[in-house]
Amino acid sequence: MTTTNTVAIDIQKLARVVPRNRNIEIMLLIFAFGINAFELCQIQLSTIQILTWDLMTYWTPITVAALLLHFILRFKASDADALILPAAVLLNGLGIAEIYRLDLATLAAGGSEVFGLKQVIWTVVAIAAASAVVLFVPSHLFLRRYVYISMFIGLVLLVSPMLPFIGKTINGAHLWLAIGGLTFQPGELAKIALTVFFAGYLVTRRDSLAAVGRRFLGVQLPRARELGPILAIWAVSLLVLVGEKDLGTSLLYFGLFLVMIYVATGRAIYVVVGLGMFITSALVASRVMDYVSGRFDAWLNPFDAARYDAIGGSYQLVQGLFGMAHGSVLGTGLGGGVPQLVPLAESDFIISSLGEELGLAGIFAILAIYLLIVSRGVRIAFNHSDDFSKLLAVGLSFVIALQTFIVIGGVTRVVPLTGLTTPLLAAGGSSLLANWIIIGLLLRISNTSDSRDRISGGVQ
Amino acid sequence: MNRELKRVVFVIITMFVALLISTSTIQVLTADSLAQDPRNVRSVYDSYKTQRGSILVDGNPIATSEKSDDSFHYLRAYSSQMYSAITGFFSFYQGATGLESKMNSYLTGKNSTQFFEQVNALLSGNPVTGASIELTIDPVVQKAAWDAMGNLRGAVVAIDPKTGNILAMVSKPGFDANKLAVHNGIISSANYAQLLADKSSPLVNKAISGSLYAPGSVFKLVVASAAFESGQYTPESTLPNPLKFKLPGTNTYVQNSGEGKCGGKATVSIADALRFSCNVPFAQLGIKLGQDAIRAQAEKYGFGQAIEIPLRSTASTYPTGMDEAQTGLSSFGQFDDRVTPLQIAMISAAIANNGTLMKPNLIENVVSANLSSLYAPSPSIFGKPISEATARLVRDMMINAVAHGVSSNGQIPGISVAGKTGTAQNGKGEPYTLWFTGFAPANDPKVAVAVVIEDGGGMGQAGRGNTLAAPIARKVMQAVLRK
Repeated sequence: MTTTNTVAIDIQKLARVVPRNRNIEIMLLIFAFGINAFELCQIQLSTIQILTWDLMTYWTPITVAALLLHFILRFKASDADALILPAAVLLNGLGIAEIYRLDLATLAAGGSEVFGLKQVIWTVVAIAAASAVVLFVPSHLFLRRYVYISMFIGLVLLVSPMLPFIGKTINGAHLWLAIGGLTFQPGELAKIALTVFFAGYLVTRRDSLAAVGRRFLGVQLPRARELGPILAIWAVSLLVLVGEKDLGTSLLYFGLFLVMIYVATGRAIYVVVGLGMFITSALVASRVMDYVSGRFDAWLNPFDAARYDAIGGSYQLVQGLFGMAHGSVLGTGLGGGVPQLVPLAESDFIISSLGEELGLAGIFAILAIYLLIVSRGVRIAFNHSDDFSKLLAVGLSFVIALQTFIVIGGVTRVVPLTGLTTPLLAAGGSSLLANWIIIGLLLRISNTSDSRDRISGGVQ
Repeated sequence: MNRELKRVVFVIITMFVALLISTSTIQVLTADSLAQDPRNVRSVYDSYKTQRGSILVDGNPIATSEKSDDSFHYLRAYSSQMYSAITGFFSFYQGATGLESKMNSYLTGKNSTQFFEQVNALLSGNPVTGASIELTIDPVVQKAAWDAMGNLRGAVVAIDPKTGNILAMVSKPGFDANKLAVHNGIISSANYAQLLADKSSPLVNKAISGSLYAPGSVFKLVVASAAFESGQYTPESTLPNPLKFKLPGTNTYVQNSGEGKCGGKATVSIADALRFSCNVPFAQLGIKLGQDAIRAQAEKYGFGQAIEIPLRSTASTYPTGMDEAQTGLSSFGQFDDRVTPLQIAMISAAIANNGTLMKPNLIENVVSANLSSLYAPSPSIFGKPISEATARLVRDMMINAVAHGVSSNGQIPGISVAGKTGTAQNGKGEPYTLWFTGFAPANDPKVAVAVVIEDGGGMGQAGRGNTLAAPIARKVMQAVLRK
């Protein structure tokens, strides 16, 4: 009897040494690399009718970088989630392919402003940053020591575009820093710092925040002094709205905070009060701020001739809708449409570019991949028993979900159009960097799940 | 916390479902209407990738895509200016108008009825070939109308009253659509600018759109219809017949055309008033009926509606909020009455078809590249603006107007023709707008026609509907009856 038991334990030990998640991950990665290559081939064949070695420029760097991250995971976080990395590679690769395709159209029309190579370089930098997170953050719990530093960094990043000299307005929104020749969207990195801060802060304050105050109309109100934090965050989001003129960024942080305070305290009243405050301020802004009201009008009546022709009006939004409608169910095929007709087709409107060329089927697939990443993130939250890990994982996942919703919802008229970018797909270094760091953090957190969760869901 | 996490999952799923719905709405439910938005140039780009379908009249292409050896692969070619108002143009640089625009999704093979062809094309790698569109136009009638109009400015519409099929639609002057279809942007744009600057507005389909026309005396058909429908009048009902009629509340007098007395008696019947096209009795009749009754009758004939044939016509209008004087003027087609020739042809068609107005239609059949029929509208009823009895009464008055009245140039030897002329004033010193509308044979109508001539037919205020418009209508009707 004892002998059999020992053998059984040995097998279990052995099973843990073999990084089963990593083997699944490499298979899925190879699949993702294949899809990425296939996309590039299709683009070359349908636009320049010939395969050239150029496509290696767009395929190799992300492939090598992702493989390196995979091997780092093998040694440093062998139990990390197996699906997140391949899903992120798939989205990032698809983004590169579509940006390259738009570059070809620009060059064919005699233009010179291309984004593909920049995107490839930023991808490598971003995956390297994710690798660094996995390598040098020994455990995500270590981040708990830096809660208030995170807050400070987050706030500085968030308000920095409002500073004179280095702040820069692009396309009406004030979301950028320009230092030297480089432009950067610091708000993207701020979302990570603020998620860490919210998680750390809420863990320490959750009991008092959850404490019950007076009853009013049958609703348990929080104690008045516990409304301080929510008021502070609301003030910051208002500052962002007024100072940076972007409803989306403001909504992103505020929504993130509401979800995290809800998860921490279990008190829905915070969400109700918070949403009320936000909607009120958004409605006021839509009346008094020209830029925001323009976006609102364009959202509600995009086809109106006066709005369509106005500078900063609904032209871009309507052209994006035309593009998506053109794609219909199955799309024109990569390289087969004319997504270049939409301004900013490679960044803010990459989803309409992809909608045109991959069709509704492609959009559903893209949404499914986002949902996969988000659901793995939430699963990580479920699988941890300590509050900080739970909050951090759910915060990081939710910020991806919410940003995806605000951007794609903006392009498809669910919400007003904003200046955020589609995570992992859109051209833009800051966005790539921030989202890959989130991927790195999720991988890191998942490695220490208490239940040693595996792809099979089995618990050992 | 897990309870809260589950709710967050629910929120996330809700957000994604919202995106699934919004993208499905855009890419499937409203895709066709977005594709047809004139500001959407994608369909034009697209259409150069596939062979665009032809537009056919009696089996012969009036617009077709021919192979070209430049990067566009196909060049659109038009057979004759005679059809320019119907086809419109299709240009890489200027977009598309007419049927080229309206039927673009069929012509490019992008219509949702061609879904299986699209899937097939996607799988086989062969491009979709556009569907061809066969029109209801009769080439002989069209040519007769085109030739009869000569160099006059205006429009002709001929309808089969029993089916609503449009047999001819001419707008003068036409334009050469080939000049806009050229693949050289500089040439195309220069030609377009020239056509836009032309004061005779060749790019406007005057049969259904443009700035519309004052109907003049052809509007008396609507007033007579309203009178008989009210049950209070018959063609024999009489009205006072002064030399001049002072419009209530003004110092303006209405006179009959030629400033004579209508028949020379103290009273005149409605039948004679129509036969001689007298303004004085019709002004009085209109005031008695009231603007609401006239407007209700006009709207039954189609006024106020942008009719799609499927080219979209501008809605004809009968004014609102008039005083009695204005109502009097509007009763013989002056004041602010504004009509399309299509609308006037529809009035004749309804009278011809015993009071039943068939929906006017240009499309005989849409045939896909594999010869299956995608869309073949069958005759449908637009409405029943007047009773059979009223139709008979108005028809007999129109027969008399041609046989023994001032619309005499509509006569065809051996055939009974019903008709009504109009000579509308356009303000002091301005040339008149000349009209004829009618149908033939009166006892078994094969065609209803409306002819309008702008600018007094070049004769200033000397031109009359009967001298210029009626002979053109006669030639068009003869072309239909030649068989």
